[in-house]
Amino acid sequence: MPGFLTTWFDPFCGPVGLFSLFLSDSLLACGDAGWGDEIAGGVLVTVSLALATLPLGLVAGFFIALAKQSNEKSLRLAANVYTTIFRGLPELLTLFLVYYGAQIGIQQAMRAMGADLVIEINAFIAGMVALGLVFSAYSSEVIVSAFHAIPRGQYEAGNALGMRRGTTMRKIILPQLVRIALPGLGNLWMILLKETALVSVIGLSDILRQTGVAARVTKEAFMFFGLACLLYLVLAILSSIVISAIEQWASKAEMKR
Amino acid sequence: MSVAERLIAPKAPPAPQPQAWTGQKLVGHSLMGLWVAASVGLFLFLVGSFDIEKIRTYGPDYLSGLWITLQLVIMAVAIGALVSLPVAIGRMSANKPISWLAYAYVYAFRGTPLIAQLFLIYYGLGSFRDTLDALHLWTFFRDPWNCALFTFTLNTAAYQAEILRGAIQSVPRGQHEGAAALGISRWITFRKIVLPQAMMVALRPYGNEIILMVKGSAIVAIITVFDLMGETRRAYSRTFDFQTYIWAAIFYLIIVEALRNVWAVLENRLTRHLKR
Repeated sequence: MPGFLTTWFDPFCGPVGLFSLFLSDSLLACGDAGWGDEIAGGVLVTVSLALATLPLGLVAGFFIALAKQSNEKSLRLAANVYTTIFRGLPELLTLFLVYYGAQIGIQQAMRAMGADLVIEINAFIAGMVALGLVFSAYSSEVIVSAFHAIPRGQYEAGNALGMRRGTTMRKIILPQLVRIALPGLGNLWMILLKETALVSVIGLSDILRQTGVAARVTKEAFMFFGLACLLYLVLAILSSIVISAIEQWASKAEMKR
Repeated sequence: MSVAERLIAPKAPPAPQPQAWTGQKLVGHSLMGLWVAASVGLFLFLVGSFDIEKIRTYGPDYLSGLWITLQLVIMAVAIGALVSLPVAIGRMSANKPISWLAYAYVYAFRGTPLIAQLFLIYYGLGSFRDTLDALHLWTFFRDPWNCALFTFTLNTAAYQAEILRGAIQSVPRGQHEGAAALGISRWITFRKIVLPQAMMVALRPYGNEIILMVKGSAIVAIITVFDLMGETRRAYSRTFDFQTYIWAAIFYLIIVEALRNVWAVLENRLTRHLKR
């Protein structure tokens, strides 16, 4: 992204930003004087982590949902084991398992090959993988129930028109599936957005971490953690606006009675 | 015996054809193989790093952590259920300011991460130390366990209020009207007609909420409450042995699966009159 665009349209510290217009002589000033720019960066990290996890979790969830309703017993079993594990583990524990587990695993593999290195896993990637695992487990359930809502006749009609299975899936089933699954997936997105706060524990500088650092330095803990809650609330409100817009758009194709 | 059967001798059925290896079967078997390999690997890892000394040192810690987790969840869910009653009633109230207030409470607690709420209460209330001191509340909010219980109670109350409201509103109007037509008082109608039907709807979401609480309770480890996760982190920081986390995972999976199965039995039992 070109640098001037992000600086110009930065909603917090840009020329028409919230912090730079109204709070320029408070603790939230931008630049070296206050914590405004650090927290703005935290918002960017939180949003980009959630946005990066979403496609990962959705695609994985779709294939797990397909596996769950396959005719093949072993495939169904494998998919069900996956969801049982990742829906049952606390998200924080999943994050630690991925973060420390991958670190130790890679280190040991390197040692086996004769290279003695200290490996640091990128916290962003670890967070993305851990949240993606959890998100895909939940989204597969939503997608499975959406699949159940599509009548068999739709597949049969695709067959009767001589479509291949892939074409039927892409052109007939998927558009309906998206519409039916949207409310459930919207809920999962809200949960994902809140779960990103956990990555602050493994040191990724998201909203919660940046406000936490500011709170420790300035001793204004209530103000900064209150601000963190407020920022998450604003993100939730913004996403519910976007989600209802998407639902509106998707329901255009619905049959009018 | 008819002529046709005499002329054409009956034949044995065709031999069963060997099942073809379809792509699905291949993928399914290899994925299952992967899971089996992973669990065998995990088992071997646990056996290989078995150390009676560690189990003697940290085993009791884990059990006490487990007990603290369970205590926290049970108390938060129980007190939260009490708090959720007025919130749900407020949410359904015709009085605009009251219903708006209840909605704001629910939205605030459902729209922000639990961990941020926990930090706000545990670290944030320190900013009001003098006021809290004057109210003799500082000793309560100084303790991380109390803060965790307080936050979790408020959080689960918001979720439970929504569950309760949804369930009560899912009972059709006709049920109220039928009871009114029979001359049954409002309180008895609520207790004997609406509530049992609402509970059937609410059962599953309540179970999910308890499971979410069990999983969410892991974050209290960050504010130095030694629950199951806290004990795990302490054991890991002393031994740098990864099996500490594996044991925590096993414990959490057992709790969640046990809860899910208990809930399935409960649901079966409560909805047995709906089965055909």
